[in-house]
Amino acid sequence: MNGTIPAPTIEYALLAPMLVVFGAAIIGVLVEAFAPRYLRSAIHKPLTLLALAGAFVITIWQARTNIPTRPSAMGAVAIDGPALFIWGTILVLAFVSVLLINDEGHFVASASAVPGSAEEERALTEGAVHTEVYPLVLFAVGGMLLFPAANDLLAMFVALEVMSLPLYLLCGLARRRRLLSQEAAVKYFLLGAFSSAFFLYGTALLYGYAGSVDLAKIGSALGSVGGQDTLLYIGVAMLGVGLLFKIGAAPFQAWKPDVYQGSPTPITALMASGTLVAAFGALLRVFWVALGGLQWSWTPIMWGVAILTMVVGAILAITQTDIKRMLAYSSIAHGGFLLIGVVALGDKQQHNVSALSALLFYLVAYGFTTVGAFAIVTTVRDAGGEAWHLSRWAGLGKRRPLVAVVFSLFLLAFAGIPLTSGFFGKYAVFQAAVEAGATPLVVVGVVSSAIAAFFYVRVIVLMFFSDPAADGPSVVIPGGTWAVGAAAVLATVVLGVFPQPVLDLAHTAAQSLFVR
Amino acid sequence: MTTHYLVLSALLFVIGGVGVLVRRNAIVVFMCVELMLNACNLAFVTFARQNGNLDGQIIAFFVMIVAAAEVVIGLAIIVTIFRTRRSASVDDVNLLKY
Repeated sequence: MNGTIPAPTIEYALLAPMLVVFGAAIIGVLVEAFAPRYLRSAIHKPLTLLALAGAFVITIWQARTNIPTRPSAMGAVAIDGPALFIWGTILVLAFVSVLLINDEGHFVASASAVPGSAEEERALTEGAVHTEVYPLVLFAVGGMLLFPAANDLLAMFVALEVMSLPLYLLCGLARRRRLLSQEAAVKYFLLGAFSSAFFLYGTALLYGYAGSVDLAKIGSALGSVGGQDTLLYIGVAMLGVGLLFKIGAAPFQAWKPDVYQGSPTPITALMASGTLVAAFGALLRVFWVALGGLQWSWTPIMWGVAILTMVVGAILAITQTDIKRMLAYSSIAHGGFLLIGVVALGDKQQHNVSALSALLFYLVAYGFTTVGAFAIVTTVRDAGGEAWHLSRWAGLGKRRPLVAVVFSLFLLAFAGIPLTSGFFGKYAVFQAAVEAGATPLVVVGVVSSAIAAFFYVRVIVLMFFSDPAADGPSVVIPGGTWAVGAAAVLATVVLGVFPQPVLDLAHTAAQSLFVR
Repeated sequence: MTTHYLVLSALLFVIGGVGVLVRRNAIVVFMCVELMLNACNLAFVTFARQNGNLDGQIIAFFVMIVAAAEVVIGLAIIVTIFRTRRSASVDDVNLLKY
């Protein structure tokens, strides 16, 4: 303690993708403050898309030139193969979701106006729009980038909040069915804040145990610190609660259907793809880098959580009558399939690489399909907004065959039918789990896939083999949604027929595993 | 030496957690979450003393800032729904279910 604080070294070049996204978000805030109202939308749309595309290009460039072998920014951020792969995935998925957000009619005219009031009426006739959506999305995406790359628990907590806080607000901004939207925001906010308090207390206990919040130092303390096991185990459990909540793993899945249903559908697409990818990245990093030495203790719990998540997701999805809730339960079930990959951590390096690359591939495949599915949901509309009730989807195949065929393709990919991306994702994860000796989990996975296939096929049958109602919903496909649907179809088919390039890429990214 | 503080922190955390589960008013639920965050802060500062490094104290500052940001977002959401429904009870937000 000589009174001087050494200046930290920050590798700005390595952090560039995050800095670009956060910088664009701050410019977006300035645009909100200073640009005239009629110009804002015209500035935000290209700014947001350019920022995401620019960050993606930088990520690719980084992955091709130098992948650092040590943590960056004084050990706070780890930019390694898996992190770069996850960044690329999140940026592409966010780009596609922003295309969906760009189309008009998803967001409320004036969020502060009471639904049904004269004030709202006036905002609607004036054609007011909330362009704040764009900076909020960029902040959320920035948080998603930091979350899986955070190498200490403090950075991870800050990233968790930076990712979640804008999403809480975005959930409440739906244009139609505003009561449901506001309710989704309240539920997501209260439960999310509750779970992040658990995450934080877990962090505090692990800090007390290891004397540091750095993941690698916690990992090395596991073998050397004795007599503090209570702190360690309670800490790990609470940390796990915080992370599993974000994934929506049972028994912490209750928020997911409500929030997915109530939110504006483009935001649901962003949450279902980006947040899930980011949360799995963070979960893998915490449980492999920091808690890998404790594997014998947490694996049984993770088995239970994975089984429960798959079964709950698949069985409750059957009983749904609402298309968005059904997709939410399907997302829960997919979280369970992904958890199988988390459990497939073995003692051998080779197992770990194959499990990790399988997970990365699954995340890409699932992310694209789910964005595409929610894009289709936005196109089928009634007078009062999107037609969510499944009965309204009856006979869609006869009225609009193309939309119904595309939606069926996504559902088949969710079910994991061969020649779609979902098949190879599931196959890779199940294979890695069998190699690691988790065969019973794979059996449960296959059985719940079969249960899940039932309700996917039920929707397909409903669309193609029942007669359309006379006053059926209309199908409106704006330009952005069209592009999103096409991109998702392309990804689903290409990854299903010709998956090798992306599998190789995931394998290369996973080769170095997470840096310590 | 530091055990008392840890026990107090655990007590505050549990009080907050139980409050979130049993209280009806969204504002009070939210205050209970803030209580949990402050319990975390107390634990961080105590462990900083126990471990003999400053990390925990610095983390406490970060947590305070995050909590402040959370208040801004939370109150905005709760006020909006209160204006719509004339009620801040979490039992009334029951349209989304099953």
